[in-house]
Amino acid sequence: MKKLRVLLAAVVVLGLGLGQMAMAQGDDEAKPDNIAVAYSEDGRYFTEDDIPTYNVAEDGTIDWPSYSGFRRYHSECHVCHGPEGEGSSYAPALKKSAIDMDYYDFIDVVTNGRKRVDAADNSVMPALGDNPNVMCYINDIYVYLKARGTDAIPRGRPGKKEPKSDVIREDENACLG
Amino acid sequence: MKKLTLLTSGIALCVASIAVANDDLVSQMDNSKQWAIQTGDYKNQRYSALDQINAENVGDLQVAWTFSTGVLRGHEGSPLVIGDTMYVHTPFPNIVYALDLANEGRIIWKYEPKQDPDVIPVMCCDTVNRGVAYAEGKIFLHQADTKVVALDAKTGDVVWEAQNGDASIGETNTATVLPVKDKVIVGISGGEFGVRGSVTAYDMNSGEQVWRAYSMGPDSDILMDPEKTTHLGKPVGADSGTNTWEGDQWMIGGGTTWGWYSADLEENLMYYGTGNPSTWNPGQRPGDNRWSMTIMARDIDTGMAKWVYQMTPHDEWDYDGINEMILTEQEIDGQARKLLTHFDRNGLGYTMDRVTGELLVAEKFDPTVNWTTGVDMDPASETYGRPAVVAQYSTEQNGEDVNSTGICPAALGSKDQQPAAYSPKTELMYVPTNHVCMDYEPFRVSYTAGQPYVGATLAMYPAPDSHGGMGNFIAWDNTKGEIKWSIPEQFSVWSGPLATAGDVVFYGTLEGYLKAVNAETGEELYKFKTPSGIIGNVMTYEHGGKQYIGILSGVGGWAGIGLAAGLTNPNDGLGAVGGYAALSDYTALGGQLTVFALPN
Repeated sequence: MKKLRVLLAAVVVLGLGLGQMAMAQGDDEAKPDNIAVAYSEDGRYFTEDDIPTYNVAEDGTIDWPSYSGFRRYHSECHVCHGPEGEGSSYAPALKKSAIDMDYYDFIDVVTNGRKRVDAADNSVMPALGDNPNVMCYINDIYVYLKARGTDAIPRGRPGKKEPKSDVIREDENACLG
Repeated sequence: MKKLTLLTSGIALCVASIAVANDDLVSQMDNSKQWAIQTGDYKNQRYSALDQINAENVGDLQVAWTFSTGVLRGHEGSPLVIGDTMYVHTPFPNIVYALDLANEGRIIWKYEPKQDPDVIPVMCCDTVNRGVAYAEGKIFLHQADTKVVALDAKTGDVVWEAQNGDASIGETNTATVLPVKDKVIVGISGGEFGVRGSVTAYDMNSGEQVWRAYSMGPDSDILMDPEKTTHLGKPVGADSGTNTWEGDQWMIGGGTTWGWYSADLEENLMYYGTGNPSTWNPGQRPGDNRWSMTIMARDIDTGMAKWVYQMTPHDEWDYDGINEMILTEQEIDGQARKLLTHFDRNGLGYTMDRVTGELLVAEKFDPTVNWTTGVDMDPASETYGRPAVVAQYSTEQNGEDVNSTGICPAALGSKDQQPAAYSPKTELMYVPTNHVCMDYEPFRVSYTAGQPYVGATLAMYPAPDSHGGMGNFIAWDNTKGEIKWSIPEQFSVWSGPLATAGDVVFYGTLEGYLKAVNAETGEELYKFKTPSGIIGNVMTYEHGGKQYIGILSGVGGWAGIGLAAGLTNPNDGLGAVGGYAALSDYTALGGQLTVFALPN
């Protein structure tokens, strides 16, 4: 039953294509839907489990946080991870990580970093926990990358976007200090 | 007899300073059978007098031997050859191998420094290293974590170590060092982390610091004499390193120094360029931001600046000025001049008098460059030496949170650090270039020590209305400021070429090809696909009567990051994914030296 509801939500809310539907069907039953919008609040969108997610309206308008994530990603992450979450010769494709990883694990790696250093690998993710340019926008970056991972937002600069809500503006100012 | 030829050529060039120069390295560089310094010579010409491999026979070139470095990352720089020994370096962890050329490349020694891997992610744009240097029986390695190490060239034992910077605040190193006279001169990276750039001279024998010159700050920090140091012929005046910054922003001002250095022993000057001012959001740092984006001429012994020239005042596009300064002796308007030629990220090729700092030529070396209409060349003008910025492409004038579109070149520049070559035979410069444009949207960021300090979103794409590729390999007449010929390339050319007396120019491509072209015409004479993309520089040496060509493969660097997934063209509208070639369709990570020779 839950699966059906998820599928319906995906089709109705996001207008996802057949590819995404097939993917959703193939998912492990136990894995919660990490994409579909359950509700929105002050211009931000969330899943049933209160995990931030993106929203693309029927006319292609994207939510403000995803747009903000596009900008912040290409300022803070792009120089290692390549354009549009595609990955590089240096660092992995984050559009995949945002889909494959649990939200809390994703936040944990960004905050505290991660090391893979051995004979074959010299891969180190820095701890960005005290970087306001990243942490004040971490949910924005996360939802943008999820949208890239599902191809809900194509490569390149997003087109139409929702306006920045007053609450988002206030939160941003409070966070940056 | 050999000594005589050395002497005669030496007399013409630098007889006055031979006694005080580093005799060992100078004589090693004069022996064209060796590759004794990353840049070919102090002039950064990347030219070899070897001519066994020439335009007639280069088509027969074969792989002679190969060597895996054991590291899979961007491999910049090249090996050195001194006598029977080849010295090969790697990206982080910065291993150095000494290979015995007289014994089929057997490893004589291997040095692997212990470095905290936390330095890896603060190295913006890959863990590259542009190679070791040699002088007086020592190999000099400047590690990623900014430790400078002198190794015994025979044994690999550490002779001395010096800590140049602090990786925990984003100070790192990617560059080689300049051994000159009794000093080793080194730079620093970290412009994207708010590092204040500097060059530092260490005593070659003890590792003691001799002098340090910052790119911005008080006169005592930047080693400038308000009266004697000149900018386009005029004294720089007091406080020139602080009075074009707001408040104390100069303290995190950038202007890092990660390029290639050259030296003129006769003038006792060393030359280098400084990088972009931090942040990439120009609205956040009003003023000219001196001396970021500047060509510097400093006294080798004291570090005092003789002359400077700021190419891009108040950078709005991340056009670092760190690219190499190539020194030549040529005629301009019938007059013999000591010249300095520099291909800047901003797309302009500058030719200057390297003794006086007079600006002689400033012309676009890629016709698509559009952010400026050109440089004011009138010494009587108030804006003498300044580029005229086109308002449409000014990210400052368009303002924060505005996306400025169609700016050429992109932030990676019409040319990045990949050094050009010069042939005294053809009097042409051979220049590896990027043919990429961008959209640029600056916005406000806050500074945290050791964290990225960027403040702009960029989208890059191949130059519109051109051949569709992302690079060109060009021949440039630096006395006139004209392109002689241009070879379109699918990807940016990120490899330092080699010009030889055999009338051949060699360069590598991001797909992994080593190419040989005719020095006069650019006609392709040979190509071979190596195991990984090439961002290293071509070198040559002679051993046992045979000339060899060596090149490191190992894709990475800015090129590997920006181009791995291919670029999109925002003008194509939504859904035009994969409109441009992805580098990952052509090559994968690697780390290999390939050495070529003619068949027996």
